[in-house]
Order: sequence, then structure tokens, then C-alpha cells
Amino acid sequence: MMQKAEMARTVDAFSPARSRDGTPPTDTSDPQYFHKVVDCQYACPAHTPVPEYIRLIAQRRYADAYMLNWESNVFPGILGRVCDRPCEPACRRGRIEEKPVAICRLKRVAADNKGDVTERLPRVPFQKNGKRVALLGAGPASLTVARDLLPLGYHCVLFEKDPVGGGLMRSNIPAFRLPAKVLDEEVDLIYGLGVEKRFGEAVTSLKAVIDEGFDAVFVGTGAPKGKDLNVPGRAEADANVHIGIDFLTSVAFEHVDSIGKRVVVIGGGNTAMDCCRTALRLGAEKVMVTVRSPRKDMKASDWEIEDAEREGVPVLDNHNPAEFLVENGRLVGVRFDKMRAEYGADGRRKLIPTGESVVIECDDVLMAIGQDNAFPWIERDIGVEFDEWGMPAVDRTTFASTRPGVFFGGDAAWGPENIIWAVAHGHQAAISIDKHCRGEPITERPAPGANLVSQKMGIHEWSYSNDYDNGRRVPVPHADQVTALRNIKVEVELGYDEVLALKEAERCLNCDVQTVFEQPKCIECDACVDICPVDCITFTDNAPEPELRQMLRTPAENLEQPLYVSSDLPTGRVMVKDEDVCLHCGLCAERCPTGAWDMSKFMYVERQAAPVCQRHLDAYLD
Amino acid sequence: MSYIAKPIARHPKLKRNALGLTHRDYEGAMSTLCAGCGHDSITAALIEACCEIDLPPHRIAKISGIGCSSKAPTYFIKQAHGFNSVHGRMPSVATGANLANRDLIYLGVSGDGDTASIGLGQFAHAVRRKLNMVYIVMNNGCYGLTKGQFSATNDRASPSKKGAPNPFDPIDLCQLAITLGAGFVARSFSGDKAQLKPLIKAAIHYNGFALLDVISPCVTFNNHAASTKGYEYVRAHNEALDRVDFVPLENEIRAELAAGETRDVLLHDGSTLRLNRLDADHDPEDADSALTAIRSRAARGEVATGLLYLDPAEQDLHATLGTTARPLNAMPMSELCPGADKLAAINAKFQ
Ligand SMILES: Cc1cc2nc3c(=O)[nH]c(=O)nc-3n(C[C@H](O)[C@H](O)[C@H](O)COP(=O)(O)OP(=O)(O)OC[C@H]3O[C@@H](n4cnc5c(N)ncnc54)[C@H](O)[C@@H]3O)c2cc1C
Ligand SMILES: Cc1ncc(C[n+]2csc(CCOP(=O)(O)OP(=O)(O)O)c2C)c(N)n1
Ligand code: SF4
Ligand code: SF4
Ligand code: SF4
Ligand SMILES: [Mg+2]
Repeated sequence: MMQKAEMARTVDAFSPARSRDGTPPTDTSDPQYFHKVVDCQYACPAHTPVPEYIRLIAQRRYADAYMLNWESNVFPGILGRVCDRPCEPACRRGRIEEKPVAICRLKRVAADNKGDVTERLPRVPFQKNGKRVALLGAGPASLTVARDLLPLGYHCVLFEKDPVGGGLMRSNIPAFRLPAKVLDEEVDLIYGLGVEKRFGEAVTSLKAVIDEGFDAVFVGTGAPKGKDLNVPGRAEADANVHIGIDFLTSVAFEHVDSIGKRVVVIGGGNTAMDCCRTALRLGAEKVMVTVRSPRKDMKASDWEIEDAEREGVPVLDNHNPAEFLVENGRLVGVRFDKMRAEYGADGRRKLIPTGESVVIECDDVLMAIGQDNAFPWIERDIGVEFDEWGMPAVDRTTFASTRPGVFFGGDAAWGPENIIWAVAHGHQAAISIDKHCRGEPITERPAPGANLVSQKMGIHEWSYSNDYDNGRRVPVPHADQVTALRNIKVEVELGYDEVLALKEAERCLNCDVQTVFEQPKCIECDACVDICPVDCITFTDNAPEPELRQMLRTPAENLEQPLYVSSDLPTGRVMVKDEDVCLHCGLCAERCPTGAWDMSKFMYVERQAAPVCQRHLDAYLD
Repeated sequence: MSYIAKPIARHPKLKRNALGLTHRDYEGAMSTLCAGCGHDSITAALIEACCEIDLPPHRIAKISGIGCSSKAPTYFIKQAHGFNSVHGRMPSVATGANLANRDLIYLGVSGDGDTASIGLGQFAHAVRRKLNMVYIVMNNGCYGLTKGQFSATNDRASPSKKGAPNPFDPIDLCQLAITLGAGFVARSFSGDKAQLKPLIKAAIHYNGFALLDVISPCVTFNNHAASTKGYEYVRAHNEALDRVDFVPLENEIRAELAAGETRDVLLHDGSTLRLNRLDADHDPEDADSALTAIRSRAARGEVATGLLYLDPAEQDLHATLGTTARPLNAMPMSELCPGADKLAAINAKFQ
């Protein structure tokens, strides 16, 4: 499906000998080459076509933008609020000025303004295919598998120990970050495709499920066990020491609605940030987060730490909990050993006590130091193998366990990750389950779809906004803090309005609009070299890649970014483009007198199990 | 031309010169020339050369005539002084400016039409007077701005785009300049920045008249297969007589190059011009040898490029006239205009 740009021409016989040990010409017929240039899409575990949906938002085509997202990542409204957004650190914009495009918050704009998309969704009922699949745990991983398999006619049975579905998105991500209404809408949409729900009862035996005669079983039960800390006083203080994720669950299901006045949160990840902010909303007056390591090593995302600090929660780093202090049978504080980080020659960090210790008085402690997997309900003699740490043996590509027909995904597979990874796992597991049920080898994966289409509309006109917008990242407006802290259900972020969204959308560099070079047309006039605002392009003698990187107008020191190397030109030189900070402004193509450069939109679509779930995405191919 | 402005975003790791500036700080307005015009490449070479030799942008004066080439000063060093004058009159304006303020660096930008036709007389006298300036001819063999008529530098063998023959022999500006007494004469090609940039740097540091005749294809009117000023022809027939390296004052001079092939010429201001000679018969410090080298190439249809002629004596008009060392704008009014008595005394001398 790829329109090859005749790039991979073999080196001419007359070309100078030096090119033989030079860097070979880039093979742009491999879809992964241009895919990697679209940094955000490449970094997204579900390979959502980010620039395309941002352009749709810029055109106020919110429903279209929503559907591209829904088809790729199943939960755009949810992810537009709480995604871990691996796309943003990858965003090229962050390498040009300091802040990436607010990709995640733009996704929310599509969701907030989409209107009614019912007509665009796969139509129920689906023709049944007679196969039955058990999905254990109603988190994002299982829900994705359900969405991908239901339209193919599978009968999907969703098992969940809680009375409602959604997994940690419901039980742990607080409502002030993710309102129930938003969660319900996208989860209900999957229920609407016809899932059979068996909620409110924990699965206690995998064997029993298998014995019900399912054609396949998907284990998406997450990593449900919060880690504990065994230091002196732990048992005595038990009444006031809570496991973070259990605490959040109790709050979410409204079993807990108050907490002590002074709360210490132990741990530096995102769970710690949710715990401290929840405690504030339950009436705590003094809340602090303590973490063993230096602040820069904290696991929590920068924006989550910022949000907690904005609400007045201090983060104390280098504090290692040493003892729970109990008086008259009641927790009165925690003693911490102060630590200092030392880094060995190998870069390994060691935390060393400084000898100093501090006591922080408190009424309650929330322990947010990690989650473990736990599969006490999976029998060890049914062919599902586990390693010495109790983790299942799962194939990285097929998500198959060692027992045919049993698959794992989401946090259950390799430990805690995030929603978008759970979705990506779900898509792949659904492909495997479908193949398994059809009796096809699950190791044969569908090839991605890709195509490349010129965006030229006229001599200086492109079908995308190629003018570089110098705007800085637009901050998302927040709800009034006093109101927000008073009510746990008030969403803190208000999202962009249309004006802000359109402003932010313009910051996108359109990295999917590729610079495509046709060597035979080039007359080596240098026009592209001269005009390129970021000195991407060099015409030079060829050399092995490490040397070549140093020979460019500005040395290509970001080794994660590829070089685009042409075949030999008439002067014996090659064109080398460092993809690193290209603005995709199209000036090279505008200034080229012969059209050797073109700006072509590259669409890349990773195949899922059900084509009907990819109708909008598919329309971009061909 | 392009509709969008060149983005202000730049490579975060761009090299900075001694003034803390990057080459992007030496840019001008967005070019309105045709895409692929050689003039834009010369502009880019000027930008990079001026940046690399740490020229303060505001100490430069760009002066030009009329033509696509003469528009080019708008496209580089926007902080510099500039005067886009009348067709063929760049040398007069440059002469006046230079006499008034000898502290600026004068970059004269002209075309082959501007210089070899309407401005030939002006050109000849600027050379003859040894005006301290860099005179750049963006030479495309035609009048680009007025739709590609033959210019006086177009080769006889080179027909128009539509096939009309050219009945006249060309004026070779380099030969003319050597004959008229220019101190620094070089020819280069817009498509060869490796050669052009050091020549620009050396010409700027040369104290006297420096001509850079740069072949600069007009992609729109004179880049066809039969043209001798097109990219393809010039690439195939370019014969570099030497390679020039420019070594600024501060840089230590390496002395390991083979004798005979390499010659270091110390310039008036302490910088060094390192000449790596590729043609043993060409002595760039000898005018006759230079003229022979150019003519012998031309007879074979080749284009001699590189530093063709250099007079190490470096003489300039100010020395000849014995003018004051101070620019006029730095003189107090009492010296600039010494009064009626002084004038009367001068006048008396002529009576
Ligand atoms: C406090 C906190 C905040 C987080 N914030 C974010 C965030 O902002 N963004 C983000 O992307 N990720 C976040 N995560 C991580 C994210 O929620 C998970 O990675 C994701 O939900 C994993 O999805 P999953 O489908 O694998 O499992 P889960 O969401 O964990 O769902 C598993 C489901 O299985 C059920 N289950 C477990 N055992 C059984 C059993 N034996 N029988 C029946 N049902 C069972 C559970 O009740 C649960 O409903 C957060 C996690 C925590 C703890
Ligand atoms: C006095 C005068 N005569 C004629 C013209 C018309 N004219 C404008 S540009 C030009 C020739 C320019 O040729 P050249 O200097 O080679 O510049 P190019 O456009 O080729 O770079 C002419 C004849 C004019 N502008 N002024
Ligand atoms: S699109 Fe072309 S001109 Fe623009 S930054 Fe990229 S390589 Fe440079
Ligand atoms: S502008 Fe076009 S023809 Fe000129 S060097 Fe660049 S790619 Fe080649
Ligand atoms: S007409 Fe010729 S000289 Fe003028 S800008 Fe166009 S290509 Fe350059
Ligand atoms: Mg001309």
C-alpha cells in the first residue's frame, strides 16, 4: 500500500568508491522509517495518529478527531484527562523549545465537543460466530479485548469482583481527575456492544472458568495488591496505616469519607499524588508526601507533582521511613532517616543514611510504595507457568501464556503500567484470541497499513498549516481551588475552550507530513540547505553513519533520531537529512526548483482484530 | 519565493561565533527570488562567511544596483547598512560611502547586467581607484529581472532558452579587473560553498579592491541544457586553479603542508590566506600568469575558478588620496567645516 518514492535506488556503478563504505541509502519503503519520524504516534503504545487528529481539531471536526482516537485507543475522553501521555516527552516540539504540544489535553477537546457519535460506531447486533471468550477483570485491558472481539461475533463474558466495571480507572483514579460521567460514557459504550457481565464476584479458580468451556480466556485482573512496609511499629499502628490503593478504592466506593487532620503519604509515585490530594478533600489539614529518593528520581509524572504542590502539599525527599511511633495504642507520628544519594561509576544509585533522623507527627499514614501482582486463584498445575517471583510467563508479541487459549494483558502481564499500555495489550491479545479461535497461528501478525500522499496544492500551498507558530504551550484552566478542595467530585482541570484549543493545536508541527526526497530530480543547487530554518539538510561525501553524523551542518547528536540518506548524487555526494528537529515547514520543498522534495502525509495504521472498529482509520489508507 | 516567513525557530545546538551570534542572526528578509536561484546560495554563503569571521553586523554596508542580484542584500544581514541604488551605479554610491566612512566593511552586490553593461564604466573606475571593497557579481549570463535577455558576460556558444543564438563574445570581468589593476580577483560558483566561503572571507579581509565573480545560475531563464551558465555545465567544466583557506588572525598557523603546493600569504591585517595550488603553472601573484590561466581555460570551454590573482601590496584609495584616518561622522563640526577663513585660504591657492 506504500507508495514508494523510488528512494531505495541501488548505487550506480560509476559512483565513487567511497560510497561503498558509506551509510546506505534510507529505505523509506519500510513503513517504520516514516512512522518513527512521527514521534508522538510512534511513542503511543496504541499508535494513535496524533497529528492527524490535531489537524481535525484545528478544523473543529471534533467528532472525526474523536473517532480516530476511539478506534486507536478506545477511551479518548478518559485518556484525554488521565493518560500517562508517553507521546508528550517524545514530541518534537519539546526538542525545539522546551514544552511539547499538549497532545493529551487536545484529545480531551475532541471528546468534550464530539456531540453524538452513535451513528459512527459499529452497529449492534453482530452476527454471532458461536465462540465464547472469558475476560477476567473489567479494567481497560479486558474492555479493549471486548470491544475488538464483539463486532466479530464473539460472545464475551466479563468477570469482575467489584459491582461496577472500569478497573483502577474507577476504583483508584480519583473523580477530581476523572469524573464518573466521562468514565461511564466510554465504558457503557463497550457494554452497549453486547457484553455479558458477571460482576460482583471474584474469580477464585481459573480452572473453574476454563471448565465452563470457553474457547479462550483473557486475564486482565491487573496488579491489585498494594505493597506494605515492615518497619517497627507497623503492627501497633495498623488502625491508622492504610495501603494507598485500598484507601483510594474505599473512597471511590464511598466506604470512607474522612481522615485524620495530619496525614503523611509515603511514596513518590502517581498513587502517592492521588492519595495526598484525596486526603486534602476528605478534610485533612496538613498533608505531606515523603519519598526516600532525591526529588529528581521520583516516579510520579512532573505534572502530577505540580498539581499536588499547587494544592499546598509539600514533597519531602530523601526521607526513608524507619519507625511508626505509637503512643497509648495510637499512631502519633513517623520517624524518618534522612538519606543521601550517591551514584557509582556505573551510574547506579545508592541511598546512604546521613545519620540524621526526623519525626513527623501525624494521625494517619497512606502507604503508596507500589503494587504487586497476585494470582492465588490461578492453579499451578493447569499449564499456566509462573516464574520465581510469581509472574506469569507471557509472550511479548502474542500475549499468550504457556497454556494455549489463555492470554494475559494490562497490568496482569508484567506489572503496573498505565491505561494506554493496557489498551495496546488488549488490541494485540484480541488479535491472538481471534486467530486462536480460527485455528490460525497466533505468531503471524497482521502487517500495518501505511501510505504516503503528497500535500501539494499549489506552488506555495500545502494542505496543512505549514507556517511555524511560535506560541508557547497554553496552560489548561483550573477550577477555583477552594471549591475543588471542598468537593472530591469537582474536576480540577476545566479543559481547553475552543479558543485555547485552536491556539494549542497550531503548535503541532505536523510531523506526519514527511519530507520525501527524490534523488533523481535533485540538481544540487543548495536551495533547500540554505532555506532550512533548523539546518537539517546537508549535501556531503558519504561516510559510515557515526562519522556522517559529525559531518553535518549541525552534528546529529541525537542518536535516537534517524538520518535520511539519499543514494549517490551526480557529484558523488549524498543528501543527508537529520530528522531530529525538522519543523515540517515545507520550505525545502517550496524552494526546490525541481520538486526533488515533496511534503507527503504518511498515514500509519496498526491492524486490529475487527476491521469494523477501524473504519475511520482505514479511510486514510489508499 | 515562499508565502510563509522563515520560522524563527532554530537548531538548539547551532554554533555561535565570538560575538555570541549564530548564522541565523546574519539573515535578512525572506528571499523573493525564484526557487533554486543561484543568488540565494551566494547570499547563504555570505551569511555563513560573515558569521564565521565574527563580523559585527552593524559594521557592514551593503550596496547594490538593480537586478535580481541587486535585490539580494535585502536577504542577508538585516542589521547592516544598505543602499539599493540605481542600475549600474553601485560603484559611485560605494565610493562616496567609503570615502565618508572608511571604518565600515563594504559589500557591493551587483549582477552581470548591472556591472558589464550599464555599469561597466563605473565598475572600471572603482577598480582603477582601488576602492577598498568586496565587489560581488552574481553572474548568470542574463538579465534575470527583465526576463532573461543575454547579458554581456554570456558566452557566444550559449544560446537563449528558446534557442536564439548569441552573436557576441563575452566580457570576462576577471580579466578586465586584473587588467585594470584590481588587487584581489577570484571566480567561484554558487553551487560550491566550500570554495566560495573562504574566498569571501579573504576578500573581506583584503585591503583594496576585491572582485568576486560568482557564476550563479538563473534557474528560470538560463539553466537549460545548452547554457554555459547552468548548474550542469558549470559543474562539468569547473576547473579550480587552487583551494583557498582563510586563517584568521587568532588561529595558529599549521605548517605541515607540503612545500610548493601550498603558499601562505600574510594579509595586511594579520590574517593569512593559505593557497593550495592545484595548477603548478598558475602563479596567482603574477598578472600575466593569471590572465593566461583564465584564457587557456576559456579557450577549451572550461571555467577557471579559485583565487585567480592577488596583489599582496594591498593598496587602497584612502592611501592614494591621503585622506583622514577618521570617518567623517566621527569628526567634530569644527574640523569637518573649518570655517570661511579656511575656505578663503584654499580658494586663494587656485587664483
Ligand atoms: C492510584 C492510581 C492512579 C493511577 N492513575 C493513572 C493515570 O492517571 N493514568 C494512567 O494511564 N494510569 C493510571 N494508573 C494505572 C492504571 O489505572 C492501570 O495501569 C490500568 O488500569 C491497568 O488496567 P488493567 O485492565 O490491566 O487492570 P485494572 O484496571 O487493574 O483492572 C483489573 C480489574 O480486575 C479486577 N479483578 C482483579 N482480580 C480479580 C479477580 N480475581 N476476579 C475478578 N475480578 C478481579 C479488579 O477489580 C479490576 O477491576 C493509576 C493507578 C493507580 C493505582
Ligand atoms: C537605468 C535602467 N535601465 C534599465 C533597467 C531595466 N533593468 C532592470 S534589471 C536589468 C538587468 C539586470 O541584470 P543583472 O544585473 O544581470 O541582474 P540579474 O537580474 O540577472 O541578477 C535591467 C536592464 C533599469 N532598471 N534601469
Ligand atoms: S520541512 Fe524542510 S525546510 Fe522545514 S525544517 Fe524540515 S527539512 Fe528544514
Ligand atoms: S533544492 Fe531541490 S534541487 Fe536544490 S539541492 Fe535541494 S533537493 Fe536538490
Ligand atoms: S529570474 Fe533568474 S536571476 Fe531572477 S530570481 Fe529568478 S532565477 Fe534568479
Ligand atoms: Mg544577471
